[in-house]
Amino acid sequence: MIRSVGLTKDYGSRRAIENLTFEAKQGEVVGFLGPNGAGKTTTMRILTGYLPPTYGTAQVAGFDVMSESLEVRRRVGYLPETVPLYPDMTVFEYLKFMADLRHLPNGDDMVDAALDLVQMEKRADGYIANLSKGMRQRVGLAQALLHRPEVLILDEPTIGLDPAQVVEFRNTVRDVGKERTVLLSTHILSEAQQLCDRVLIINKGRIVAEDTPENLQARLVGAEHVVLRVKGEADELLPIIAKFDGVQNARLQPDGTLEFQFAPGADIRPQVARAVVKAGYDLLEFHPVGLSLEEIFLQLTQDNSRKER
Amino acid sequence: MRNIWTIARREYRLYFTSPIAYIAALLTLLTVGIYFVVIIYYTVNNSYYSNTAPGIDIVIGPLATVFLFAVPAITMRLLADERRMGTLELLLTTPIKDGELVVGKWFGAFLFMLTIIAATLVYPIVLNKITTPGIDQGVMLSAYLAIILLTAVFLAIGTAMSSFFNNQFAAFFATLAALILFWWLIRLPTFIIQNDSINNILNYLDLNRRFNSMLAGTISLSDFVYPLSLTALGLFLGATAVEIRRWK
Repeated sequence: MIRSVGLTKDYGSRRAIENLTFEAKQGEVVGFLGPNGAGKTTTMRILTGYLPPTYGTAQVAGFDVMSESLEVRRRVGYLPETVPLYPDMTVFEYLKFMADLRHLPNGDDMVDAALDLVQMEKRADGYIANLSKGMRQRVGLAQALLHRPEVLILDEPTIGLDPAQVVEFRNTVRDVGKERTVLLSTHILSEAQQLCDRVLIINKGRIVAEDTPENLQARLVGAEHVVLRVKGEADELLPIIAKFDGVQNARLQPDGTLEFQFAPGADIRPQVARAVVKAGYDLLEFHPVGLSLEEIFLQLTQDNSRKER
Repeated sequence: MRNIWTIARREYRLYFTSPIAYIAALLTLLTVGIYFVVIIYYTVNNSYYSNTAPGIDIVIGPLATVFLFAVPAITMRLLADERRMGTLELLLTTPIKDGELVVGKWFGAFLFMLTIIAATLVYPIVLNKITTPGIDQGVMLSAYLAIILLTAVFLAIGTAMSSFFNNQFAAFFATLAALILFWWLIRLPTFIIQNDSINNILNYLDLNRRFNSMLAGTISLSDFVYPLSLTALGLFLGATAVEIRRWK
């Protein structure tokens, strides 16, 4: 559904993306993860036919983005990072305008269906200028889903939404992603974990890792990371935990919690929990912590620069 | 064609929610109205010295001058604003051609200006009533044709400028400069240049001269060919500018 081979884009002398090769199949939700300026938006703009690549080719829904751009655009739903809306129009007028541009038969019905999908049917006659950020985002998504595209490309779709809206938004994308190809960019790892079947991590215009979110995390972590909190001071607990076999880097954190690592496969958490209770402490918290995206980035980019050296 | 119409229809409706469009329309009609009343008043009071009744040129003449300023205000936001709001990215990722977008934008503005022109039809009706034997219908048609062609050219230049610039005000002043060039400045070199062939070219390109001859009721084929070619050129440049921006 999306196939990109050696995609490269230069803006003047600056190279925005370099040699991007990846694929996304039907029924797959692929996440594009990367910091700002990593090249996510540029890649999406190429795939939607907005920008031509400098080198390389890309096919979307079986059509070449350069030579068959109009065919690609017919089959892609795109939600850019800044949701493109006309504040002077009502929600219905805006979607009807888009339906007309896409020559949709039964335009009114398709608009109603899209509004239903994003739960905006009650605001159909409201002016876009009066909508909240979350509602605007939903109208933007309705616009992208309007023509029931084979491929959906969403650029940072949950930025600026409140937590309840984010959950709703993710549910919608998950439903849509069952039958279609979805490519979405984000810089929130938990979002990628919840939504994506596969994640591409992109940094400085290059793909630095590609895998399922779980594998990626496991591969990068190397060791399980655990945080523990007890009632009162945990100072004397430190030597008790440190003496367990396989425990590494046990240390007290400034917030009073105790943190340690152990090798994956050697799960010693039950023993540690028993030892803590046995030592007379009330165990308040005991949970694993995943790596944040920032940490994964640091790890990946450090690996990369080491390889380059 | 359908895409052009979809874009034009939205653009036309947008003008009725835009304060700048209302101000431009108001100033145009106000200026033409005041000019009309003053000329009629003057003619009636001086009828002893002159026995020629005022013609349609007292409406269309000032209309053209006002359009010189109104058109840049009408066209400045056409594409510059889409770019500012990020909606250009939306339009250029729907299955429409760059040319259809630019022509649609121009056509929407053209329909709006035609609406303003239509509002001035009240003046020939009044003129026809108060003059004997009434105004020359042929001259009237020719004059309206002249202003419609001129509007098409002005708007095409404005549309092109709006696609060249990100900033609306830059688009406004660039359009104004281009219109002044084709309307006033282009004939100035003919006063000092002795070379006939150069002067012929400059005269051919002079919109003002063509407009005035049509206003007087004289029409030649080139009076159509030149403004229509200039309109097509403006729209072509606009579409090319949109396409070039994709490549930058």
